[in-house]
Amino acid sequence: MSLTARDIRVRYGRADVLHGIGAEMAAGRVTCIVGPNGSGKTTFLKALTGDVPFSGAVGINGEDIAGLRPWDLARRRGVLPQATRLAFPFTVIEVVRLGLVDPGLARRGTIPHEALAAVGLAGFEGRFYQELSGGEQQRVQLARVLTQVWEPVGADGPRWLFLDEPVSTLDIGQQLQVMRLARGYADAGGGVVAVMHDLNLTAMFADRVILFRSGRKRAEGSAAEVLRDDLLSEVYGCPVATNRTPPPGMPYLLPQAMAAGSAVSGG
Amino acid sequence: MAMAGSLPAATGRGAGDRAGLARATTAALAALLAAAALLSLTTGASDASLWRALGDWAAGREIGRLERVILFDIRLPRLAMGILVGAALAVAGAILQGLFRNPLADPGLVGVSSGASLGAVGAIVLGGLLPASVGVVLGGHLVSLAACLGGWISTLLLYRLSTRNGRTSVAVMLLAGIALQALTAALSGILIYMANDAQLRDLTFWGLGSLAGATWTRLAAAAPLIVLALAAAPFLARALNGLALGEAAAAHIGIPVQRMKNIAVATVAMAVGAAVAVSGGIGFVGIVVPHLLRLATGPDHRYLLPNAALLGATLLIAADMVARTVVAPAELPIGIVTAVLGGPVFIWILLRNRGTLDL
Repeated sequence: MSLTARDIRVRYGRADVLHGIGAEMAAGRVTCIVGPNGSGKTTFLKALTGDVPFSGAVGINGEDIAGLRPWDLARRRGVLPQATRLAFPFTVIEVVRLGLVDPGLARRGTIPHEALAAVGLAGFEGRFYQELSGGEQQRVQLARVLTQVWEPVGADGPRWLFLDEPVSTLDIGQQLQVMRLARGYADAGGGVVAVMHDLNLTAMFADRVILFRSGRKRAEGSAAEVLRDDLLSEVYGCPVATNRTPPPGMPYLLPQAMAAGSAVSGG
Repeated sequence: MAMAGSLPAATGRGAGDRAGLARATTAALAALLAAAALLSLTTGASDASLWRALGDWAAGREIGRLERVILFDIRLPRLAMGILVGAALAVAGAILQGLFRNPLADPGLVGVSSGASLGAVGAIVLGGLLPASVGVVLGGHLVSLAACLGGWISTLLLYRLSTRNGRTSVAVMLLAGIALQALTAALSGILIYMANDAQLRDLTFWGLGSLAGATWTRLAAAAPLIVLALAAAPFLARALNGLALGEAAAAHIGIPVQRMKNIAVATVAMAVGAAVAVSGGIGFVGIVVPHLLRLATGPDHRYLLPNAALLGATLLIAADMVARTVVAPAELPIGIVTAVLGGPVFIWILLRNRGTLDL
């Protein structure tokens, strides 16, 4: 079972933002989409979730999303946006319960609490969402999305988590916690597709990396295959040196500030 | 989810859950409405007595003429009108606020009511130009339907003007509301200028903004539309809850956003149009009632909408009691009473939300 994108093209006004992207993302894997700002990675995610008009086709577990009703789609995938402001004073548990989209779901009463505990916010049920910090709000939203697709594999196939920069407002401890949740979801059979800014977290958690540049797919493969000095330096426009940790040899990288200066003066 | 299943159960189970409180509030508000309705039937400038009428009825005697006229032809239709209009305005306010994602959207403040007024004035002044067959088919409903149409057009315009890419700007919404009010008032003025003497009498009577004109006939023209709008409201509750997250997130949790928005706009237009057609412009009910309820029991529309109907009805018949007793035997237009109560509440909402409103 997989998520397939075929020849996705998106225009904003007169500008082509995506120039025909094709990709196949497998359930049971964490797929990370990386690339510089404006490279189209968030737009690609929005096409996958049906938020922007696009040409091409997106299939979820073999079904074209264009043919699925909103409710059917909601049972198959949850989407975490970058940030969510609420218009009215909902409590945390009221927000998480908005994720209870399936009226037939067993344990409707307990799942929202378990989701909150999973994102490290047990005990926050009665707090007002609007009074939380940005990082807390983001994790409440993640708990809502987890509630929506709680079982990683449903009767009709794997469920999917779409995460748009899920950790950009979090501290490093919370970043690891959220990425571990994503990892666990994939290990339990669900699919995870995340737009990421942090290449080190990507290296740590991604089974597959798709690298975007100027609305096109520049590279795709394992973290080791994509997160290479030459590719990243080219795509991000700055010298990047990757290294490896001592065994198990996970790649990590640092932008080369000094080298950047010399590259500019040399270029 | 497998890896979370082993985590200890969350503490504070039940904390933050206001559903029980909201349901208890529904029962309390229903009782309050019944009490207010009874009080409204028994008070007034005349000394007709509900109890004497009920006594006569229970004893099998004929009910006295005074009681029959005052109670059944004057107070009862006025009470029914107050309940329907109050419920309609409060529910329309709650829906409009949910649709625009901000607590300042009141049908009277953002031009929906004045659009409905324009429709009503247009029907009174220009109704005679319609083919006679239209008058026969629509009869007394013409003014209500025209008001609904006016309300619908202004709500749509307001939404188009103030919402871009699924995000509503409060500032643009309020400014667009001012522009809409000015425009509709000017158009209404032109129509009134064109009106003949008989039409002017109708217009003056209608424009009082009062429940004083309540008759069974007028009630019959407004009631079906208001009842339809109130019946549609519960089906919007889940969608409005989802819209609080934003339009994209609402779609992600399975809400057919565009369809629900269309239904919400039509519901608001029906409720406000019918209310304006029979009672003129009564302001602030639509903003005060939902705001008080959100403070008390939270913003969940599954409870907010029915509770708003009950509290709106109660408040309006209470305001009407004030309007017809405070300067008895004359009476104040009820719009003045609701504005005196509602204006300060509106300012209070502004002050409370100054920091968080996305102006």
